[in-house]
Amino acid sequence: MPNGLIAAVAISLCCAARITAADTIYVSNEKDNTVTVVDGKTLEPIKTIPVGQRPRGILLSKDAKSLYICASDSDHIEVLDLASDKIARTLPSGADPEYFALDPTGKLLYVANEDDNLVTIVDIDRGEVVTEIPVGVEPEGMGISPDGKYLVNTSETTNMAHVIDTATRQVVANILVDSRPRRAVWTADGAQFWVSAEIGGSVSVVDAAKREIVKRITFAVPGVPTEAIQPVGIAITRDRKLAFVALGPGNRVAVIDAQSYEVLKYLLVGQRVWSLAFNLDQSRVYTTNGVSNDISVIDVASLKVIKSVPVGQAPWGVVSRP
Amino acid sequence: MRIGWLSRAVKRTLPLSYLDQPPQDGGIQGARLGIADNDTTGHFTGQSFTLTEAIVPEGGDVAAGFRELAAKGVRLVVTDLAALELLSVAGMPEATGTTFFNAGTADDRLRGEDCRANILHLLPSRAMLADALVQYLVVKRWQGLLLVVGRGGGDREFADDIRHGALKFQARIVQEKPWTFVPGARRTDTGHFAIQAEVARFTQGVSYDVLVVADDEDEFGDDLSYRTFDPRPVAGTQGLVPTAWARPHEQWGATQLQERFLHQAKRWMTDRDYAAWMAVRAIGEAATRAKSADPVTIVAFMRSDRFELAAYKGARLSFRSWDGQLRQPVLLADARSLVSVSPQPGFLHQFSELDTLGIDKPETKCRMG
Repeated sequence: MPNGLIAAVAISLCCAARITAADTIYVSNEKDNTVTVVDGKTLEPIKTIPVGQRPRGILLSKDAKSLYICASDSDHIEVLDLASDKIARTLPSGADPEYFALDPTGKLLYVANEDDNLVTIVDIDRGEVVTEIPVGVEPEGMGISPDGKYLVNTSETTNMAHVIDTATRQVVANILVDSRPRRAVWTADGAQFWVSAEIGGSVSVVDAAKREIVKRITFAVPGVPTEAIQPVGIAITRDRKLAFVALGPGNRVAVIDAQSYEVLKYLLVGQRVWSLAFNLDQSRVYTTNGVSNDISVIDVASLKVIKSVPVGQAPWGVVSRP
Repeated sequence: MRIGWLSRAVKRTLPLSYLDQPPQDGGIQGARLGIADNDTTGHFTGQSFTLTEAIVPEGGDVAAGFRELAAKGVRLVVTDLAALELLSVAGMPEATGTTFFNAGTADDRLRGEDCRANILHLLPSRAMLADALVQYLVVKRWQGLLLVVGRGGGDREFADDIRHGALKFQARIVQEKPWTFVPGARRTDTGHFAIQAEVARFTQGVSYDVLVVADDEDEFGDDLSYRTFDPRPVAGTQGLVPTAWARPHEQWGATQLQERFLHQAKRWMTDRDYAAWMAVRAIGEAATRAKSADPVTIVAFMRSDRFELAAYKGARLSFRSWDGQLRQPVLLADARSLVSVSPQPGFLHQFSELDTLGIDKPETKCRMG
């Protein structure tokens, strides 16, 4: 790996970081039925908000005024008003919502119903289910293309990434990936989406136009058994220079050159690292660590873990609000 | 794609506890759920799966049941049969070209001296279960074991496996005692006085950390906890049990499988249901990956190092080349709580830590013809 590239990324990100460092971090705690609020400046937890049962996937609304929460065991989505920190309303979601995606207009949520082999489309303003799309067994990952035209859904037991045309709401392609696919994350240019496979231990890079796997990235950490390497969360920088992949019980985040697909570095974080999120200027990556009950803060410029912050029990999802 | 199911309707012995009666449809419900899961995938790949069921009545002829499947062209057969029955069917001339998926018995000899090239094993062997338990006891530093052995063949085998595991992982059998007390009718008023006194006498004067029980048929094992002379935990076939599947298991997405199964069968999934589900899913997975409906191609893929099965235990599962056993983590659970999952961290292996459980390649007695 050319070290110059990292240095170049590092410089551009470090300077941007100084301008907009202060953010607020929201973490869903699957076991506690709460959301922890962390101050991005001091990196201290400042508040714990009670929410519905088994909160997992979380997303910021387009106007950044609300947080959408998949309350899996409550079988609905909650809308947390971030001015009052109170649940303002609930949205129908179908059974057991685990993870979801917001369309680029901010009007629709695409929800994976793990128990029903369905993707449910929810109109946020009207608070109604628009339609349901049958997919594979245990739908999980949801990634919407930057132009909003395609939704990629992964199904954990079918081991596929389903490409859904959001206009016709039909499945237009099925791509077989490795076992137990988790997340599907698009590159900002819409040219690729990356799919993590928890049991397969890999990340498949898919050419979005050809709908073909162009690279299968695998991981090897000295001293960590291969069975413990279980990729889940993915975060790719807007310029598609770097990608971060959470390795679950491998307790590491892999840093990947997103052009050459070479793994550059493994960063030791907390236990069972699950979801990843950038802050707005992408100077940091936040990780949820489900077993050690904390989040790790990765400095993108230095590629170092700068802090871990204790949150609730079994932290699952994380977002940064500017 | 046709997958066969071959089982005998055995009248299961009544367990000691009235609470968990053996289901009539054990095993086959797992296979049916596997078909449904395969079909959802097949819907996208253009493959469809059916289960052709042959359930031989008690006292009926298993060979005839198999011929019935063979006549329908079925070459992949999931079985819930005792070891000897499975061996006799797998050895029939009509069984040439058929692969059997053992989802019914943990017997070690089927993976050892009596192994067959046309049998794959989905349930963990007794040796794997014993090793999973001993690893955990060693991690807890409960290394002194009082081994109590029932009268069944499976009990003696499990006791042998515990002894072998103790040697391998450095636990000690401080004493081994056969259980000979026959309590008579299982449900009598005031029966508990006799049992309480008997278990206390039985365990008095032994210095040990944990009582390990071998009672496959549920004859007495549930009567040991809380009745020992010294306060000691009970583990083995009762108490803390090493098993392929357990009701309290809900990690690694297991909740989804538990719920799908409950919805379909209206009862909890047993380890035999789970093994049958894995058998059908392994066939489906290999068919999808190998892009083939040909049984020979499917089995060849399944035995290759490209095969991996995800089965809600946080690891990729594959078949051991030396004895056809599916390598898998083993759960340690009691009736209401998942306690641990083996292999325990720290038990290392040069190829796969899953191979610290059961009979490894250098020690196998399996010589496939």
